[in-house]
Amino acid sequence: MSETAISVRGLETRFGTNVVHENLDLDVYREEVLGLVGGSGTGKSVLLNTIVGLRQPDAGHIEVLGQDMATGDAKTRAALRRRWGVLFQDGALFSSLTVLQNIEVPLRFHTKISPALRQELAAVKLSLAGLPPDAGPKYPGELSGGMRKRAGLARALALDPDILFLDEPTAGLDPIGAASFDSLIGDLRASLGLTVVMVTHDLDSLYAICDRVAVLVDRRVKVGTIEELVREPDPWIREYFGGPRGRQAGQAHDRT
Amino acid sequence: MISRVSSRSPELLEAGLTRRSEANWLAIELSGAWITETVAAREQDMTDLVNSQDIRSSQHVVLDLSDVEALDTAGAWVVERTANGLRDRGFQVEVAGAEGARKELLDVVAKTSQPEAVPPGMRGLGGLVERLGRGTVELGRDARDLLSFLGLCIVATGRSLLHPKRLRIVSLVNQIDQVGFRALPIVGLLAFLIGVVVSYQGAGQLARFGAQIFTVNLLGVSVLREMGILITAIIVAGRSGSAFTAQIGTMKVNQEVDAMRTIGLDPVEILVLPRILALVLVLPLLTVYANFMALLGGAVMAMAQLDIDPNQFISQLHDAVSVGSFWVGIIKAPVFAFVIALVGCFEGLRVGGDAESVGRQTTRAVVEAIFLVIVLDAFFSIFFTLIGV
Repeated sequence: MSETAISVRGLETRFGTNVVHENLDLDVYREEVLGLVGGSGTGKSVLLNTIVGLRQPDAGHIEVLGQDMATGDAKTRAALRRRWGVLFQDGALFSSLTVLQNIEVPLRFHTKISPALRQELAAVKLSLAGLPPDAGPKYPGELSGGMRKRAGLARALALDPDILFLDEPTAGLDPIGAASFDSLIGDLRASLGLTVVMVTHDLDSLYAICDRVAVLVDRRVKVGTIEELVREPDPWIREYFGGPRGRQAGQAHDRT
Repeated sequence: MISRVSSRSPELLEAGLTRRSEANWLAIELSGAWITETVAAREQDMTDLVNSQDIRSSQHVVLDLSDVEALDTAGAWVVERTANGLRDRGFQVEVAGAEGARKELLDVVAKTSQPEAVPPGMRGLGGLVERLGRGTVELGRDARDLLSFLGLCIVATGRSLLHPKRLRIVSLVNQIDQVGFRALPIVGLLAFLIGVVVSYQGAGQLARFGAQIFTVNLLGVSVLREMGILITAIIVAGRSGSAFTAQIGTMKVNQEVDAMRTIGLDPVEILVLPRILALVLVLPLLTVYANFMALLGGAVMAMAQLDIDPNQFISQLHDAVSVGSFWVGIIKAPVFAFVIALVGCFEGLRVGGDAESVGRQTTRAVVEAIFLVIVLDAFFSIFFTLIGV
């Protein structure tokens, strides 16, 4: 558990005069599930985008799997990109390709695997993500929101990444769908040895699968297990875990 | 918990494969890293293994994974498909040396299902006929839908005429600004250039008969009857017809159109009528402007090339064209405007749930609008010939 997968040091993010992150430090350990929470506008998705390199940090360093994204050359960065998968909020599937073709895209561009094996591997990932085989030839527009998320997850898993980034994986899913998505992430973590970083608003997800939770408050993160965070004096964190919904989710978790 | 090398660097790792054959068993020993980056190199070997003819039927095949340093789903799947392939040929196959997380990974992969092969569609002549049939049916359906949309618009127009207060004046003025006023520069410039070209080409040909002066006739008749309105209609179809589709289509994707319906507003009345009305009002005006600019361009060219002075040009033009020629062109403008706006709004409302279909429908709208404009122009020509205008 002690090996670090991602380490963020002194991160600063600004939009004009609006400072979103200031001197932010965060460590993510290997094979843990880290939940990233915070109020609207505290920069959860921005932090995620910065870690995966979609946004340049205004200051600070980010190391992923021991490599610095800012200083590495194009080749190291490309190699690093192969080792993580990102699931965007609504799946972000390429709408002109079928689900299976979507999953094949990373394989096609990063490996020399033959088309036949590539198709089989795509079907394996589709099945791993909990989709029936007949979803494969469909286009994203023909799928429900929950299925699109699963298809996006299958694409994120295409290259067998070490790290999986999830942006609100259970948002917009019904409670049953959300719970099964949670257990899917848990199962995949166990069988594939994934490190998972997930932005979420879903308290049930936090209790169900997150080993630790990082809370964005005052432009920085407070990290700990839920038991530790509940004792935090910070009013927002108290309200978050101690409010009616937080208490309910906690009680529901304790009962199971 | 998973046995995966901690710092995976694909350049250093590869998937190893050795084969040991004994009297009654065959050992396939896998070593190194069997991961996404490395399995491609071993894919052919594994396929060869499945098809290899020198395995005796009495032999028991063992896929030994004990020396494998790293395994991921891709590697596990290659092992699994090889084992399945050999089993299908009737061999006894055993996957050995995988424990704990690896065994779990192999089990997970084994449980995944492959899709059944989809029968390919008909090829050759059969496929051609099939596509032609489908295309024809679809074309018929599109035409029917467009016709029913036309009816819907006419009903909405009638309602607005009965209750003029329901007409959305602000939206109408805004559309007039968008499709009319802002189109002036591009329409003017292109019409001017067309005038220059017609005049230049005409002068070149007519000079052979010493009839340069008739360039003015050629210019006047062609611009007023055909070129002015056609150029304007085509520019407007590309510029505003596509904008209608994109605007309404985006609203459709954002469910704004659905929201309107639930509030009890009629999207045809709110979105379509102002656009159709604006274009029907504006296109004749734009055409008059385009005619003027084209004649101006032609006149400039004529003066430069043929030494015709402005007075001569005007008197020649006066003899060449009648007010009738002008009306023949202008009368087509509201019809074309109606068709362009109708098709643009129709395709916009047909946008499906995803963003991609906005682009697709926009392209269709422009192509259909230009097609219909030219077809209608041909009909107008025939009609005017028949009535002898």
